[in-house]
Amino acid sequence: MAKLNINGKVRDVKVEPDTPLLWVIREQVGLTGTKYGCGIAMCGACSVHINGEVRRSCSVPVSTVKPGDRIVTIEGLSPTSSHPVQKAWLAMDVPQCGYCQSGQIMAAVALLAKKPHPSDADIDEAMTNICRCGTYQRIRAAVHLAAGEKGEIIGTDIRGEVKA
Amino acid sequence: MSTKSVEHTRMPANASRRRFLVGSAAIAGGGLAIGLQLPFGIETAHAQATPYSVLSDGEVNAWVVIRPDETVIIRIARSEMGQGTLTGLAQLVTEELECDWKKVATEMPTPAQNLARKRAWGEMGTGGSRGIRTSEDYVRRGAAAARMMLLQAAAHDWNVPVGELTVSDGVIRHAASGRSTTYGKVAQAASKVTPPELKSIKLKDPRTWKVAGKPLRRLDTEEKLNGSLVYAVDLKLRNMKCAAVRQCPVFGGKLVSYDESKIARMPGKPKAVRVDDHTVAVVADTWWRAKKALEALPVVWDEGAGASQSSATIAAHLDEGLAAANVFQYRVEGDALKAIDGAAKQVEAVYSTPFLAHATMEPMNCTVRITADRAEAWAPTQNAEAALAALAETSGLPLDKCDVYKHTLGGGFGRRGSADYVRQAARIAKQFPGVPVKMIWSREEDMSQDFYRPISKCRLRAGLDEKGNLVGFHLRVSGQSINAFNNSPLAKDGRDERQMQGYYKAAGDAQFGYTFPNLLMEYAMRNTHVPVGPWRGVNTNQNAVYAECFMDEVAKAAGRDPLEFRRAYMQNHPKHLAVLDAVAEKAQWGKPLPAGVYRGIAQFMGYGSYVAAVAEVSVSGYGTANDPASGGRAADRGELKVHRLVLGTNCGHAVNPQQIAAQIEGSVAYGLSAALFGEITIDKGRPVEQNFHNYRIMRLAEMPKIESVIVPTYDFWGGVGEPTICVAAPAVMNAIFAATGKPVRSLPLKNVDLRGA
Repeated sequence: MAKLNINGKVRDVKVEPDTPLLWVIREQVGLTGTKYGCGIAMCGACSVHINGEVRRSCSVPVSTVKPGDRIVTIEGLSPTSSHPVQKAWLAMDVPQCGYCQSGQIMAAVALLAKKPHPSDADIDEAMTNICRCGTYQRIRAAVHLAAGEKGEIIGTDIRGEVKA
Repeated sequence: MSTKSVEHTRMPANASRRRFLVGSAAIAGGGLAIGLQLPFGIETAHAQATPYSVLSDGEVNAWVVIRPDETVIIRIARSEMGQGTLTGLAQLVTEELECDWKKVATEMPTPAQNLARKRAWGEMGTGGSRGIRTSEDYVRRGAAAARMMLLQAAAHDWNVPVGELTVSDGVIRHAASGRSTTYGKVAQAASKVTPPELKSIKLKDPRTWKVAGKPLRRLDTEEKLNGSLVYAVDLKLRNMKCAAVRQCPVFGGKLVSYDESKIARMPGKPKAVRVDDHTVAVVADTWWRAKKALEALPVVWDEGAGASQSSATIAAHLDEGLAAANVFQYRVEGDALKAIDGAAKQVEAVYSTPFLAHATMEPMNCTVRITADRAEAWAPTQNAEAALAALAETSGLPLDKCDVYKHTLGGGFGRRGSADYVRQAARIAKQFPGVPVKMIWSREEDMSQDFYRPISKCRLRAGLDEKGNLVGFHLRVSGQSINAFNNSPLAKDGRDERQMQGYYKAAGDAQFGYTFPNLLMEYAMRNTHVPVGPWRGVNTNQNAVYAECFMDEVAKAAGRDPLEFRRAYMQNHPKHLAVLDAVAEKAQWGKPLPAGVYRGIAQFMGYGSYVAAVAEVSVSGYGTANDPASGGRAADRGELKVHRLVLGTNCGHAVNPQQIAAQIEGSVAYGLSAALFGEITIDKGRPVEQNFHNYRIMRLAEMPKIESVIVPTYDFWGGVGEPTICVAAPAVMNAIFAATGKPVRSLPLKNVDLRGA
């Protein structure tokens, strides 16, 4: 039995103590925006916030989470999808398949909370989640946009006809 | 999606509007019950707990539903796995329909619905970069027919000639009388109008497009930003159980036995089941408990003959193919061997590329429920019709008692064209009648039970005359065949032309872009016990590495600039050349770079599109004080940094340039991840790499700046999702060659020592 504060709601869950927080969130609580990607904290698809820190929930045994810990998942970021990071992601058309994006967004939100105006080097260091579709360039641009800077997709040159 | 998706289908087109959830369907690849022979499948729609089989009411025709509130629901048959086909197809429909883009939503028919209507939606399979290029014609005609029917309905209502009407953004006007109406008002009447003869419809000239051809944002983004999109792996059904599976770790091995008593007391009421002759599953109340119990389950395998195989034995097998007599001579033009032997100078090299895993972010999974008279699957599939065939075959129920509901795929890349995981889930669910069973592969299972990009090696030789002109070119690929693995007649007697993708003589698909005076291209089919399949870009990836890196070696031997050397042999291939020139111009080929930065260039063709790339890299030490030429310390050399890539494509028509740019960016990440880190090695018959800790994927910090140059010529339909991958690696490898002076001949680069002498 564990008591968890998820997205501001306290829930009792009946589960073995070594169950990863990820699977408690997905299977007992029923919030599926947090994804399973690797189970070994390598890919970041399972990223959530615990007391404001980004954590890879696949590798957090539920027994290590205290009742007073505040867990926030992608569903708890904003009731209306209007968090600045979500809006920036929309503006930059970041997602392709979208599967990793919950984790990417949670990582970006945590970064911006610490560094409201991150440099490219800060983004390199903080945004280590894997995206197989390769949306990294737009993620970088969207983080800058969410920071209130001009987010620019680098040099897409769409020309007219080429003589061939 | 559960109940939420049901709400969505009743919502007007606003907020999360654009996705109307219906079941989805797919087409056939496996060909079993349906007898179709399509390589791939489809995808989409979200799974709902309740009836999936209802498409929206009020259709004008198969492609278009218009509601009284002016919402336009466009039916999409192809799978959406991130590649943007859903948005592109909706743009094409909107263009011909002349409706309001802001009011567009989409829904996906299921494969059973498609079959029931004699495949009204055509091919559902989604692979080979065909999503748009092989359906654009009938999709646009369907949309144009709907427009004509809507106009006809208004003309009839007003009793005026239809030729006097105009339409824009779903508003029909009659200028002479000043009257106007809307699609929503005439849709019902339009559905009763006799449809026009499709072949007689004149489609718009793409140069006049207003919605298609524009860099519009995707329709399916919002639900990917807040956790509300239900991927197949997220499905929740009442009374559902979850399954974890393990297949024999050695390919070709068999399941002998397992001891269920050892897990009987574990949480979740785990039950072990035999799935097929090489697979065991544990079914429990949650997946985590099923997985834990599976890990605790003692299993005895018969590993079989494959267990003696390793990367070393496979390499030796390929080496034998490089030297063998009597191999498939694919292209024989002139006498290349004689020309090379008699040339003033010979250049020779052997290249190699490894097995690669797809590693979709969402692992393989499928949910199946089988009752006495109904079988349903909720699947992330590129090939819904193949999934349907697999479900029917496995359940033993006729096709019309089965259906497949597609979910948005968490990545496909070719892996999800196979129905293996659907069949597996069905075999498990069949043992729990009436109970929905969600089967999920662990990442380790996903990585070690893939259909890998085939391994190959390539020996190349070229002859140069005294002036440095190429007089003969010989290339032999030795490697595994995808067609042979699939028992395709196309691989008969080792004559598998598909393994020569990108070297084709014929124009239009994957034509080799050079004309050489004497040419010999050969393929030595050397199969292994490792399962292989299409991996985004398929054979263009390794074949581009071989041809394009070797071209740089030959250019260097000829004392020529790599771009100029290529151009000399491309005069008969103006489209290839135009894209090469476009990227060279954009990257300012020939202009000085900062110290220590070097360029590489490559061009190729695949999936009907012409592509080229210029890479800028630095390799620490080279071009600076530590350069081997200056006697610097080797220890300080050899670290690769890829700074920038300029990629160009001529895909004929550019339906959404922004999405094309996204695919180009993504293809670089996919291609460079492989080039830098990707390899599946084999030990004792099984893959060594099991998860992302030893199958490394490029991360954001490693992503170079990507600049996309899209140069459509508006005279053909080429693919987008795959073509540009193949030039990313050779451009980078050639830039490394420029930096270090040593050609890179094997991938991944993590195994290559770049420190120099």
